[in-house]
Amino acid sequence: MLVNQFLILGAVLFCIGVYGVLARRNGVLVLMSIELILNAVNINLVALGALQGPEAAVAGQVFALFVITIAAAEVGVGLAIVLLIYRNRTTVDLDEVDLMKG
Amino acid sequence: MVAQNISFGILALVATVAALRVVTTRNVVHAALYLVVVLASVGALYILLAAEFVAAVQILIYIGAIVVLFLFGIMLTRPSIGSDAGLDNDQRWIAGVTGLFLFGLLSTVLVDSFADDHLPSLEGVSREALTAERGTGAVGDAIFSTYLIPFEVVSVLLLAALVGAIVLARRD
Repeated sequence: MLVNQFLILGAVLFCIGVYGVLARRNGVLVLMSIELILNAVNINLVALGALQGPEAAVAGQVFALFVITIAAAEVGVGLAIVLLIYRNRTTVDLDEVDLMKG
Repeated sequence: MVAQNISFGILALVATVAALRVVTTRNVVHAALYLVVVLASVGALYILLAAEFVAAVQILIYIGAIVVLFLFGIMLTRPSIGSDAGLDNDQRWIAGVTGLFLFGLLSTVLVDSFADDHLPSLEGVSREALTAERGTGAVGDAIFSTYLIPFEVVSVLLLAALVGAIVLARRD
């Protein structure tokens, strides 16, 4: 298998995630798009590790595990923030959260 | 080799279509369910790359925990469970152009740098050797020797995130 198959699939998922972050206005859906981006990065880590031999394969897997852990922490805090926005403004529409807009 | 390429093609197609549905569907709950399909396909791709522990963690943490968290978030924020036309903002076209431009850039660079690099074939390697050098045991050894300090830091980070989430979400 070519390593580029995996890397280009990672690029596709990354760009779909970027589109989601930019185009969605619901806070929960923006967090889901961020998960797509993190998954793309994980595919790249594991594929590039497998390209370089056994030791790099293990290193790539370990880094992918760390990214998964941090993604879990990020979703926990992110959803708590979205919940707080909903409680204060009864909406999760990110276009209406423009208090800091100049 | 052919079987691996066919399964890669199917998984990549499923992941791409489901990811597109995550960012375009008009129903928030459907978006979370399409996310499950994307995450499961990516988990299967890890098995294709001989990373079985990452695949198991992907299923356990992502599908088992994170998607459930998303569903709870959707339920608690109630952005009308049915379909909703107002999920996208009016920057959709700019966002699409940005995504396509980024993909063109990334794929050009990737094709340029990794033109024909093949992943090392694992067909001649015995299963015992494969497990010993990059299986779950090898990953565990690496985490608790080479990557011990990052592992401990991640534990503290998880604790901090837990406390932070509770502090943010509790009602006074």
